[in-house]
Amino acid sequence: MGRSLSLALAACLALLASCKPGSKEVILATTTSTQDTGLLDVLVPMFEKQSGYALKTISVGSGQAMAMGRRGEADVLLVHSPDDEEAFMKEGFGSRRLAVMHNDFVIVCPPAASLRGAASAVEAFKAIAAKQILFVSRSDDSGTHVREKKIWKQASIEPAGDWYVETGLGMGRTLSVASEKEGCTLSDRGTFLALGKGLDLEIAVKGDPTLLNAYHVIEVDGGKFPDVNHRGARAFADFLVSAGTQQAIGSFGVDRFGEPLFVPDAPGK
Amino acid sequence: MDLVAQGIAHALALIVSLDREVLRVTLLTLEVSATATLVAVVLGIAAGAALALGRFAGRGILVALVNTSMGLPPVVVGLFVALMLWRSGPLGALRIIYTPAAMIVAQAILAFPIVAGITLAAIQQLPPGLRPQVLALGATPLQSVWVLVKEARLPLLAAVMAGFGGAVSEVGASLMVGGNIKGHTRVLTTAIVMETGRGNYDVAIALGIVLFVLAFSITLILTHVQQRGGGPGIYGQ
Repeated sequence: MGRSLSLALAACLALLASCKPGSKEVILATTTSTQDTGLLDVLVPMFEKQSGYALKTISVGSGQAMAMGRRGEADVLLVHSPDDEEAFMKEGFGSRRLAVMHNDFVIVCPPAASLRGAASAVEAFKAIAAKQILFVSRSDDSGTHVREKKIWKQASIEPAGDWYVETGLGMGRTLSVASEKEGCTLSDRGTFLALGKGLDLEIAVKGDPTLLNAYHVIEVDGGKFPDVNHRGARAFADFLVSAGTQQAIGSFGVDRFGEPLFVPDAPGK
Repeated sequence: MDLVAQGIAHALALIVSLDREVLRVTLLTLEVSATATLVAVVLGIAAGAALALGRFAGRGILVALVNTSMGLPPVVVGLFVALMLWRSGPLGALRIIYTPAAMIVAQAILAFPIVAGITLAAIQQLPPGLRPQVLALGATPLQSVWVLVKEARLPLLAAVMAGFGGAVSEVGASLMVGGNIKGHTRVLTTAIVMETGRGNYDVAIALGIVLFVLAFSITLILTHVQQRGGGPGIYGQ
């Protein structure tokens, strides 16, 4: 019995050792929208081909992505939560932060809610609260959730009650919940367009300058965590702001949706 | 209904065209879950036999622990394994977080109690006089255990099937320790979660059908092995 146990243990260890990766590996922690839109399916193979690194993408909310960065579990972050990102940099966890691209947030509602054409995001949120229209919140500390809380604050409303539900899910699945339960939600435009075909929701508010949604790449500071692959992180950040990649970002989605999902922010570099 | 029909049509198209991505995801699913099951079977049968035949202090508690763990929640196992394997964790130096190896560890932890629990019950079910008899015929203690394991092969193959089923169907742990990385740690269940998140319900249904066919095929093979010449049937010979 003892021998078969130790044999099995030896086999397990051998197996683990054989899977040990090299240092050509970069861990990217990113917001769900870059994966749910399919943008990373285009960018990751490009990067791997150009640089020779193997990029491992972990798709979580921006809040969780930065939490991974704070523990040195990720090498590079692609996130969209500007206030939290500035705090992250100020605390010294990031060595470089660059603008990559932007689009905007949209407030989407079921057609029956007749909120279309609300003057601004704050006005729309006030109307939702006043009429007690169902609102579906991400509630996951993602960039979108942080922005949602900011708009409630600007509207001086403390959202609570039967009309306010919290999913704790990613953007794609929160949109599905909103559509099925006939509620409003705040979404990044990219994910909403990518899922649009199956959703019974329409854009109620867009174009409000307070709804700008900017994505930044952050290199996690290698000085704090010796295990962080800061060369790989730098290679990926440089790749994102390079002319070729920026062009690919700017044309992503045009074939499927007739309009680009993201606007590149680092042209000419 | 439209969606289900679309899903089935899409599944057939994916399978018939041998879509490369689906093929890769399916093969990885098989590789990870089969390896995890193998590890769980080796350790689980050893542990189950030891618990069935051994008499030592704390045995009752261990048996209860194994039986409880037959329904371990995958997300809890995933969280625990992730905490261990993160760079900052105690086993971070192994550098296997977000690799298939991490998924094998998590799935093996899930399948191990299932195999051990069924082995325990199967061996205790054997006639109590069998082992003394085999020992009296001159077998070493280890050989006598092997005889018992062979005697219990029908329920033990059921244990292998249950273990594989537990491993291949779970998603919480694989997502947490594997990360659903395209071309690297994406398996059928995590791909289904992702495609659902993207609103690609037809693809999600198609992958679900592929998963079912995979699990069914493996179980069919194991059932064939199990029933081959197996049991005499209720009327003897």
